[in-house]
Amino acid sequence: MPNSKSAYSFSNKKEKFDTHIIVVWVDNEAGVLARVVGLFSGRGYNIESLAVAQVDEKLKISRITIVTTGTPQVVNQIKLQLRKLVPVHKVADFKREDKAVIFKEMALFKIVGPKNKLEGALKACKKYNPVLLDKTKKSNVIQITALRREIDKMSKDLKKFGLVSVSRTGAVAMTRGADIFK
Amino acid sequence: MSKLYSGAEIVFKCMEDQNVDHIFGYPGGAVLPIYDELQNFKSIKHVLVRHEQGAGHAAEGYARSSGKPGVILVTSGPGATNVVTALTDAYMDSIPLVCISGQVPTHLIGTDAFQECDTTGITRPCTKHNWLVKDINDLASTIHKAFEVATTGRPGPVLVDIPKDIQFQKTKYNRPKKEKKLNGKSHNHFNQNSIDELIELMSKSSKPIFYTGGGVINSGPKASELLRELVYATGFPITSTLQGLGSFPGDDNQFLGMLGMHGTYEANNAMHDCDLMINIGARFDDRITGKIDEFSPKSKKVHIDIDPSSINKNVKVDLAIVGDVKTVLSSTLKSLKQKKSKFLKSNKQKTSKWWEKIQKWRSVRSLDYIGSEETIKPQYAIERLYELTKDKDSYITTEVGQHQMWAAQHYKFNKPNRWMTSGGLGTMGYGLPAAVGVQVAHPKKLVIDIAGEASVLMTIQEMSTAVQYNLPIKIFILNNQYMGMVRQWQELLHDKNYSESYTAALPDFVKLAEAYNCVGIRAKTPEELDDKIIEMLNTDRPVIFDCMVDKVENCFPMIPSGKPHNQMILGPKDQENKKITGKGKSLV
Repeated sequence: MPNSKSAYSFSNKKEKFDTHIIVVWVDNEAGVLARVVGLFSGRGYNIESLAVAQVDEKLKISRITIVTTGTPQVVNQIKLQLRKLVPVHKVADFKREDKAVIFKEMALFKIVGPKNKLEGALKACKKYNPVLLDKTKKSNVIQITALRREIDKMSKDLKKFGLVSVSRTGAVAMTRGADIFK
Repeated sequence: MSKLYSGAEIVFKCMEDQNVDHIFGYPGGAVLPIYDELQNFKSIKHVLVRHEQGAGHAAEGYARSSGKPGVILVTSGPGATNVVTALTDAYMDSIPLVCISGQVPTHLIGTDAFQECDTTGITRPCTKHNWLVKDINDLASTIHKAFEVATTGRPGPVLVDIPKDIQFQKTKYNRPKKEKKLNGKSHNHFNQNSIDELIELMSKSSKPIFYTGGGVINSGPKASELLRELVYATGFPITSTLQGLGSFPGDDNQFLGMLGMHGTYEANNAMHDCDLMINIGARFDDRITGKIDEFSPKSKKVHIDIDPSSINKNVKVDLAIVGDVKTVLSSTLKSLKQKKSKFLKSNKQKTSKWWEKIQKWRSVRSLDYIGSEETIKPQYAIERLYELTKDKDSYITTEVGQHQMWAAQHYKFNKPNRWMTSGGLGTMGYGLPAAVGVQVAHPKKLVIDIAGEASVLMTIQEMSTAVQYNLPIKIFILNNQYMGMVRQWQELLHDKNYSESYTAALPDFVKLAEAYNCVGIRAKTPEELDDKIIEMLNTDRPVIFDCMVDKVENCFPMIPSGKPHNQMILGPKDQENKKITGKGKSLV
C-alpha cells in the first residue's frame, strides 16, 4: 500500500461473502420500499434480487424478500439497521444453503420458432414444473419455478430453442414444516 | 359537537401538548397558514432565524443543552433543503429534532410546482423517520408519533411534511393518549447475567479503562451521576469521546482526557494497552479507533449502547449490553455493591501498576505547546478563556476544525449538556446558531461559541438573530486566517501545498459586529488577552471577539491516518524528528 494520503484509513481486508435471503415484514405505506432499498444503497449493501407484495390485506402488511451478499458482519448490520426502521415489524435471515427453508423464483420464457423447437424447449423445462401459459403456432410462453441458478441455466440453455424474452421475479422464501418465523 | 380545528391550529395544539416552548423557523408560502396561527398560541415562542440551516443548528443547541427535543418550522422547497445539513448533523450525533415543513397543496404534488421538492425523499436518509401528511385526520397522531420517535431509543431528527391544503382543512383534535411511560424499558434488552459478566470482567482486569461517549449525555443527567459513582467505586481510569465530554469531570485525576485522533497521549496509549475496555454510549468511530485492525489488540471489549446496530459495527466486542446507559449503570452499581462491596480496595493493588504506567504517559504532557510572548497561541487563548469562565457554569459550542479540537483539549467540562459540538458530520457553521439555541434555552447563562474565522462565516448571518432576541452570545473567534485543519493536513500530507485554504479578504470582525449592532472586541497580543476576555464577559450583549492567533500553529497530539493508538505524533518537534529519519512521512 502506498503512503496513506487520506484522513481515513484504508481497508485491506478481504473477507468471504455469503449469500443471504432477508425477509422483512413492513407496513404497506407510502415510501416504505424506498426506505428499505435506500438503506441498502446508502450503506453500500448489495441487492441481488427483490420481491415485494402485500400479504395481509387487513393489517396492511407487506413482505419483502431480498437476496443479498455480504460478510457475516455486513449481513448482521443489514438486519440490525432494518429493524431500526419505523415501519419494519420483523426481519428474518436465511442462508441460501439452509435446508429448512424453501426458496423459489419464477420465470417466464417466450420461445419463438418452429414446432420442434417449441417442443424441445418445453421438454428442457420438464424438471421445473413448466406451465404453458400461451401458445400460438410460432410461439410459446412457458412458466417455471425454480432456484436462481437453475433459472440462470435455463435462460442459457433455451437460447438454442429460440428464446426471445425472459422475465423473472426475485426469490421468495418460506420455512419448511409447521413452524413459522416469529 | 366538539370544536373543529384547522391543520395549522392542530400543529400548535400538538406542540402545546408536547410542552414545546420555543420553535426555530423561517416563514414562506407553504407554511403561511401555520404562521398565521402563531399569535394565538402564547406559550410558544418563535425564534426567527436568518437561514433554515441556522434554525436546525439552533434547535440542536437547544436540544443538547436542555435535553428536550428541538423544534423547527420551515417552508417547502428551499426551506426544506436548507435544513438538510442540520438534520444530517443531528442524525449523526443523535440529537432529537422535530422538523415541521410546509409542502405545496396535495393536488400540486408531483407537478414541479413553485417551491416544490420531494422533501420526504430528500430527508429520508437523514432522519430517523419522516411523514408526508395527506389526510387532515392523520395530522395530530403523526405529530405526536414524530415527537415519540425523535426522543425515544437512540434520539434523532424526524420530519413531518404538511401540504398547505391540509393546514387549512378542519377536523377534531384529540389529545394524545396518555401512554404509560415506558421509562426506556422497551430499549433495554439485557439481563442480569450480562451485568454479572461485566462485574466478573471488571474484577479480573488489571488494566481496565472506561471509554465513554455521547450516549451518557443523551441518557440524561442522572446517567452522568451514575457514571461518576461507578468510576469512583472502581478506581478505574476513564477517557471520553468528543461528544461525551462533561459526563465526567474534566479536572478529575481519574480522567485521562479525550481520546482519538487529537486525544491525549495517555488516553490513547491506555486504550491501546488495556486488558478491559468498557465502552459506555460510544460507537467506535473511525476518529477514535485509528487503524482498526490494530485497535486495542489485547483487550476484552464491553459495549453498552441503546442501539443494537452499534454493536459489532466497527469493532467486534466480547460482551454487548443493549440498553439505556442510565439503566445499565444503575444495575451495574447495584450488583457491584451487593457482590463486591470492597471492590475499590481489592482492585487498588491490582491496578496499581497500570496507574503507574498511565502516570508515565501523563508525564509526557502531550497537550503542552510552545508558548509565545508576541503572538497569541490558540491553545493559550482557550486556556485563558477556561480560567476566566470556569466558575460561571458556562455553555460552550464550537464550529469545526482546529479550534474545536483545542477547545476539546483545553477547556475542562464538569457537567453534562455544557458542550455542544458537531462531531459526526463535522459541520462548519454549527457553533454560532447552536449558541443561539443554547442561549434561548438558558437565557441567564454564559454561552460561548469557540469559533474559527472560516467556519463562523458560513452562518454569520445568525448574529442578526442573536441581536433581535437580545441573546448575549459570545463568538470567540480564533482567527488564523487559514482553514486551519485543512492547512494542517496539507502540511502533513500534501507537501505544504496550501491549495485554497487561505482566506484572503476576510471581513473586519469588529466592524462586522458593529454592522450587526452588537459588540466587537479584538485581541492581538497575549498581554492584552485577559483584559479583553474580561471585557467580553462583562458585556451583556452579543459579542464577536476577534482573537488574532498564531497563523501556522498545528493541533497536536495527533494519530496520523491509518495508524494505531500507540503511534502518535506529539508535537512539531516530534514531527520534525520523524521527518529527518524518513519515518515521519510514512507515518502520515
